Amino acid sequence: MSQSNPKTENPIVFGVLAEFANPADLLHAAEKVRDAGYKKFDVYSPFPIHGMDDAMGLKPSKLGWIVLGHALLGFFGAIALMVWTSSIDYPINISGKPFLNAPAFVPVIFELTVLLSAFGAVFGMFFLNDMPKHHNPLFNSERFDRVTDDKMFVCIESSDILFDADKTGAFLKEIGATHTEIVHD
Amino acid sequence: MSSNYQYVPEPALVKGNHDFGSVTAMIADLCDTQKNKTPMGWYLAFGVSNILLLVLLVSIGYLFWEGTGIWGLQTPVGWGWAIINFVWWVGIGHAGTLISAILFLFRQNWRTAINRFAEAMTIFAVMCALVFPAIHVGRIWVIYWVFPIPNQMYMWPNFNSPLLWDVFAVSTYFTVSLLFWFVGLVPDLATVRDRVTSNLAKKVYGFLSLGWTGGNRQWQHYEKSYMILAGLATPLVLSVHTIVSFDFAVSIIPGWHTTIFPPYFVAGAIFSGFAMVQTLSIVARKIYKIQDIMTDDHMEKMNIVIILTGTMVGFAYAMEFFIAWYSGVEYEKFIFMQRALGPYAWAYWIMIVCNVVFPQLFWFKKMRRSVAVTFVLSIIVNIGMWFERFVITVTSLSQDYLPSSWSYYSPTMWDVLTYVGTFGLFFTMFLLFLRFLPIVAIAEIKAVMPQADPHYYHKDHEHGKVSKQASKQIAE
Repeated sequence: MSQSNPKTENPIVFGVLAEFANPADLLHAAEKVRDAGYKKFDVYSPFPIHGMDDAMGLKPSKLGWIVLGHALLGFFGAIALMVWTSSIDYPINISGKPFLNAPAFVPVIFELTVLLSAFGAVFGMFFLNDMPKHHNPLFNSERFDRVTDDKMFVCIESSDILFDADKTGAFLKEIGATHTEIVHD
Repeated sequence: MSSNYQYVPEPALVKGNHDFGSVTAMIADLCDTQKNKTPMGWYLAFGVSNILLLVLLVSIGYLFWEGTGIWGLQTPVGWGWAIINFVWWVGIGHAGTLISAILFLFRQNWRTAINRFAEAMTIFAVMCALVFPAIHVGRIWVIYWVFPIPNQMYMWPNFNSPLLWDVFAVSTYFTVSLLFWFVGLVPDLATVRDRVTSNLAKKVYGFLSLGWTGGNRQWQHYEKSYMILAGLATPLVLSVHTIVSFDFAVSIIPGWHTTIFPPYFVAGAIFSGFAMVQTLSIVARKIYKIQDIMTDDHMEKMNIVIILTGTMVGFAYAMEFFIAWYSGVEYEKFIFMQRALGPYAWAYWIMIVCNVVFPQLFWFKKMRRSVAVTFVLSIIVNIGMWFERFVITVTSLSQDYLPSSWSYYSPTMWDVLTYVGTFGLFFTMFLLFLRFLPIVAIAEIKAVMPQADPHYYHKDHEHGKVSKQASKQIAE
């Protein structure tokens, strides 16, 4: 194995990476890949493209449910915290105020609900997106460096049932790819 | 109804003749210390900021050593510069969240040019704000009593106290702002990762970008997350200054015990925050040559927000007087007369002139679009907003219910040095941000360019054609 270029030596094929010229071509390519029956593929672009979720046939994100779970945890956790500390564990008489002073609990309930929801929104997103994941076979492609700049790609992965390196490559060319390459793990 | 109508497109958000690649190069390469040598001016500014930061650290060190007696606090004025500075800095922070969250929910696409910048300002301003409540407690070694942590007394924090609500509000605000900012940064950090030349930088940006690929399966959850965070940050930002105002409004001090405080504080916060965004962005866009992205249109829009919130603040000043009179409460009436005519009248009138009189210039389009006028006014506004907090805090306390204890409050050298020192903290952080992070949300800017819309590429699309031509004209 040569030190300078180990990626071409690796025999494991990750998938076929195809480059498209602009967001419109990419959107149509995604539709065609979806209609051809591929499931294990993704579309890569420097910015989110409107309508791409439908073009790829993706189901709506489940993130909202994760956030809801966290929100409820924050909401009830805050109530439990304040009720337990202020009126059960060590009630303190402060200016004759009630030990279970519900209106005074509202700000902290609100803040903890928001805090926990935000944790859910951020770390839930990382979880669904498989982040952090610093090793990704796609980073072996030199052209792929520009996906965060101005290039757009479709990658059909070898784990897909319909995958065949030659046929899939030809199919991607046929639907308008300007360049295709096989990406090794 | 007439069937003749003209399609008037929005002015182009990005001026000049840019494509995706040139936008990337313009912003991402600013982070590359090899492609863009650090200018002398940056070192100079960083040096000055570092010295001020040292001033802050020394002031805090001496405070811990000697106690809060080094400040100008004396009965009856038990709250002084510490809370004034705290409220001032937190208020400045509000503009960042307003721009990143509220304008996002309202689909104000122009926000993309300034949101990264404003969010960074928020985080650093809230850091400066957090310094004051943390250091003012006197017995710093038991600061953990503000959190519900078991301690040797078996006691818990008092959840009836607005000061405790403040602990939760401001720490939540800081955490959520930081997360929101970081989520926005991830795709742009990946852009920098893919472009930087030095190996160390590649590793650092690679680590921070968490393996972002720009896959649509990632964008899908990412956009959802961003929207949910915006939805969370919107009520949060309104709640933070509301709870800060509760520190005053829940007490029974004349001049503080009013229901107008929450909206009045929030409006003032946005007012001063936008002014700070103007001050910083006018300098930064010039130095980093990003006027194509942070355009005069952006400046004008922010100036409109400034005059709107400034007018709300002015209205609140008037309403406070009206309610003081209308309530018939002698103490209220007295305190407000003292504000305008008493020993601190000089501070009151500085506040009125800076916050109510000067911003009226922005009724004129010429003034709104003038860089020099905007820059000067943005600083005047923040001076005015500092004095607003001074007037509120000090006038009500210095003349309390018992005339024999009245006194005139003055700060000491340490009050001043601590405040000046927070600028050192703020600018040290901000300069590091300008040097090492993408200062504009690159991915978001690309997403609002006409080329990002798949419909742009259908040449026969009449609508698109018209808007393209027209936006070109406007861009020229």
